[in-house]
Amino acid sequence: MAENTNKLIGQNYTTPDIVAKVTGKAKYAEDYRVDGMLWTKLMLSPMPHARVKNIDVSAALAMPGVKAIITADDLPEAQGGGTLGEGVQASNQGEKILTKEPAYEGEPILAVAAVDELTAAEAIEKIVVEYEPLPFVVDPIEGLRPGSPNARLQGNTWFARQAAPPPAGAAAGGAAAGAAGTAPGAAAPPPGAAVAGAATPQQGAAAGASNAPQGGTRGAGPAAAGSAPAAGAAAGARAGGPPAGAPPRPEIQELKWEQADFDEAAKTGHMPTGKPAPGSEWTFGNPEEGFKQADLILEETFVSQSTGHQPLETRSAMAYWQNGKLFLYGSTQSTVQTIGSVARWVGIKPTELVLVSEYTGGGFGSKIPGAISMAIPALLSKKAQAPVMMRISREEEHYIGRARSGIHSRVKVGFRKDGKITAIDLYAVGDNGPYEAQGDYRSVGNTVSLCYQPAHMRFRGITVLTNTPPRTSQRAPGGMQGNGLMEPVMAKAARKLGIDEVEIHKINAPHGKAPFGPAVARGRQAYVTSCFIPEALDKGRELFNWDEKKARSGKRVGTKVRGCGVAVSAYSGGSTGFDGLFVIKPDGRVQFQSGIGNHGTHSVIDVHRVAAEMIGADWSLCDVVWGDTSKNLPWTSISAGSQTTHAMTRAAHAAATDAIAKLQEIAAKMKGGNPAAYKVGGGKVSGPGGSITLAQAAQKAIELGGKYDGHELPTDINGLTKASAAKLAGMGLMGVAKDNYPRDGQTQSYAVGFAEVEVDVETGKYSIVDFTLIADVGIVVNPRSLQGQAFGGAMLGIGHAISQKWVYDQHYGVPLAKRFHYNRPPTILDKPVEMKFAALNIPDPETPVGARGIGEPPVGAGYGAVMNALAAAVGDEVFRRTPVTPDVILMALEHGGQRQHEALTAHI
Amino acid sequence: MEEVNKMEETPNNPSRRNFIKGVIAAGATVSSASYLFRTSAAGQTQTASAPGSVERLISLSVNGQERRVDVMKQETLAQTLRYKLGLTGTKLGCDRAECGACTVLIDDVPHYACSVLTHTVRTKKIVTIEGLASAEGTLHPVQQGVVDEQGFQCAFCMPGFVMSAVGYLKTNPNPTREQLAHGVSGNLCRCQDYDKILTALMKGAENMRGA
Repeated sequence: MAENTNKLIGQNYTTPDIVAKVTGKAKYAEDYRVDGMLWTKLMLSPMPHARVKNIDVSAALAMPGVKAIITADDLPEAQGGGTLGEGVQASNQGEKILTKEPAYEGEPILAVAAVDELTAAEAIEKIVVEYEPLPFVVDPIEGLRPGSPNARLQGNTWFARQAAPPPAGAAAGGAAAGAAGTAPGAAAPPPGAAVAGAATPQQGAAAGASNAPQGGTRGAGPAAAGSAPAAGAAAGARAGGPPAGAPPRPEIQELKWEQADFDEAAKTGHMPTGKPAPGSEWTFGNPEEGFKQADLILEETFVSQSTGHQPLETRSAMAYWQNGKLFLYGSTQSTVQTIGSVARWVGIKPTELVLVSEYTGGGFGSKIPGAISMAIPALLSKKAQAPVMMRISREEEHYIGRARSGIHSRVKVGFRKDGKITAIDLYAVGDNGPYEAQGDYRSVGNTVSLCYQPAHMRFRGITVLTNTPPRTSQRAPGGMQGNGLMEPVMAKAARKLGIDEVEIHKINAPHGKAPFGPAVARGRQAYVTSCFIPEALDKGRELFNWDEKKARSGKRVGTKVRGCGVAVSAYSGGSTGFDGLFVIKPDGRVQFQSGIGNHGTHSVIDVHRVAAEMIGADWSLCDVVWGDTSKNLPWTSISAGSQTTHAMTRAAHAAATDAIAKLQEIAAKMKGGNPAAYKVGGGKVSGPGGSITLAQAAQKAIELGGKYDGHELPTDINGLTKASAAKLAGMGLMGVAKDNYPRDGQTQSYAVGFAEVEVDVETGKYSIVDFTLIADVGIVVNPRSLQGQAFGGAMLGIGHAISQKWVYDQHYGVPLAKRFHYNRPPTILDKPVEMKFAALNIPDPETPVGARGIGEPPVGAGYGAVMNALAAAVGDEVFRRTPVTPDVILMALEHGGQRQHEALTAHI
Repeated sequence: MEEVNKMEETPNNPSRRNFIKGVIAAGATVSSASYLFRTSAAGQTQTASAPGSVERLISLSVNGQERRVDVMKQETLAQTLRYKLGLTGTKLGCDRAECGACTVLIDDVPHYACSVLTHTVRTKKIVTIEGLASAEGTLHPVQQGVVDEQGFQCAFCMPGFVMSAVGYLKTNPNPTREQLAHGVSGNLCRCQDYDKILTALMKGAENMRGA
């Protein structure tokens, strides 16, 4: 790439929030205090599945200091089906704020607000709840066995009511990923409605015939029968059922496999495969024919684990009501996109909510929109008529804090002698938890199709309800698991065929506008905007010094043996259609309005440097407003799914383009000549008649009014942006526009990981001595932050490879590993000793700025590279599940390198 | 003397252990008993069964100031700092000595404030993240190192890491990366920005040596 001549884009800088963070002044949700604030404790279900027969709160209510108690009977009607999550349509069988049919141990039954936590805890001890235990299941494969218990009364998996035709937006390659962007274009808020449409391309490509619900949540139906008797009538008046054009609401039904399916598996030792969920099957090409062309066929079963997101800041929240408005201090990844979902949970209009979330202590997908942890203090506060803080403990976070869907998978891969994959047959079973349908299993299929480019492929899958904590997207949902199951197969095939592992990845790598997934239109697959994995493999090979490390891979020195591995990964890298908004003020300062969440990715600030660069503003004169929805924020993408940098640099570009046109016109008005003859740069607008400063232009914009200072607004911007811009009108020259840029293809980002491990063959203990990550994420906006995201994502994948897991008591259905000490996220000592990073810095051709997201792809690359390094060191047959703990290695080495670990049981 | 006796008793004030025992006996709820604290005088004085005061006024040396504060017997330093003294820079990530987010210096030694009873530090000097920078706002060299290198992401773990590093660097001002990693290995970062954190803290060590 040519040398970066930009002043801001691609340059390191100090974010304006870091001094507050490093001095302890930054306020996270639980750091707020207001007068008269009450405190909360939750009563959690002691059983994995039960029916609440009776609740007696009289003794607790009689206690001094106890101010309010809410149960499932106190919920507003709007919350039935109010759950939002990426790609999830509301259903009245989804999660509720509080429940009378707890579906996992730890599910909140009721909440007590009192003058302090000790009083609230004492009150909970005085509450008598009568439970009727119900059958439960904590293992997805067990949940498919004939005659096994169902996790929910209605069944064990989600069904679409009928096979709906593909939504128009999801059919074309370019449009599916735009769901998040196109939905909000429809005028009326609630803005959060679009969150549900924010399906990733991984999930969206197969959206048409999906049992994983997609699209609008505006039709949130009536509350579940029995949970809110008083609400029934009101809900009816609101007209339950989805609006015209929305896909049918999914529902839970039973699907069991045949005994014969399990018998076949018992003989082969593989994962059983039975009937997939309706719509969860696709074929591209002719897999049977493809396998006939194969010289080597490998069939493997692989199990990846469920893991909590475990942000270090638990999801504490504080709420109070003032003048009919709810003021909520919460912890969210997506400031603007949280408004609609919280409003829906609480049963108010989005305009009746002020959300404050200036600093969020991590999310990783678990805090994308609003959640029950925000609704509970809001409703308690309403009932108690006082501010309410609800602190969430680490164990409570384990229960309600969301987790990744573990995937059980079985894959058959055909290779030609030259390493080219001829066909893939893949079956993925997702561990869904008890509530909303998770798309991880579906994303597995699309990720595998994209990363390894089989000409022929069949995908089948199902997501199975279990009585374990609710799942949601965790960085690279399904992508990590897809790369994880394929990478050991790739490395094993390379060894069997005598091909270098980097080479076999290159032979099968996607390139350019690579196709993937099922046929979506006229028999053609969807395709990506651009891809440079082969270039990334070459760059990594050199930076990692692959050839030298490969030469010593697998050779034992003393008790130690080293191994090196490589892995590729891909995930959705951006959405479209959001708005940019900023004001150039008469004092020469530029104020950017940012609706992005501040959870450590720095995109909340980064994206505005694109606009600042374009209008030639001095960064020291730029201010960014964020973290408070009363501060006039524009319609903004979710801050998740690697979407933000792509989506919001586009929006920033659109707003800056608007401002530049206005600056040129004003300069021409003031100095004469043709607006097009004026150039914007260096804090000035200069042309034939001389130059004016940005400050002078802002002053003139106010005098001119109309579109220049925001009194007239574009007609196509979102209603939320309009309302915000109207309040900023008259303050200066306004840049405001919707991202209407075209895009051909689905936006995906890519990473390639290289790892070297050193294993002690006498103890099974190992360390990662070297790691290199190459990112293909378009141009670099913030180099230092990009590298941090790349390594952080890779470490999250590495945590899955080396240590993290849940442990369940299968007999009682209760979790045993609820804390860091037991479920073992990586520490600084688990970090690879050496870490190297490079970005290709090749612009994406389908976005004006050229930048895409980084959050997801490094996860699968880190996960796969470490697994492949381990296999290179100790053998291809040592493990078929993660995490690969020292005992797994040691046991296999003591048995001739043959794995001894339990093959299929989940959560062990 | 009667007053003294009352102070020694904590009638009907549920200790963490008793609460957990009660929970187990009742079988009615899942233990989520970590984290509990009492902030309100009303909660005690209005309870008929709490005639004996469970708090006592003590003096603490925090960030160079003598602070007078009412403290329960079972109160942890993290609770006192966050909920009595308004020093919310000390974070609670787990409340069980697993994550290090609450790390403070006690007589220059890093401690998990969630696992120190406030009554045990009455004679000691406590420094929190709020006490590192000078009164005029000049950042501590380690804080400056974090700013220089744009260390950390969400930064919820940042105060704990910085306090651990400041404490460790007092014992080893010129560490290798590996040594410093061990020095702060009691702190978790879930963004897993470990590499950049180490770079930032190493810069902080360099700043300290130059200061």
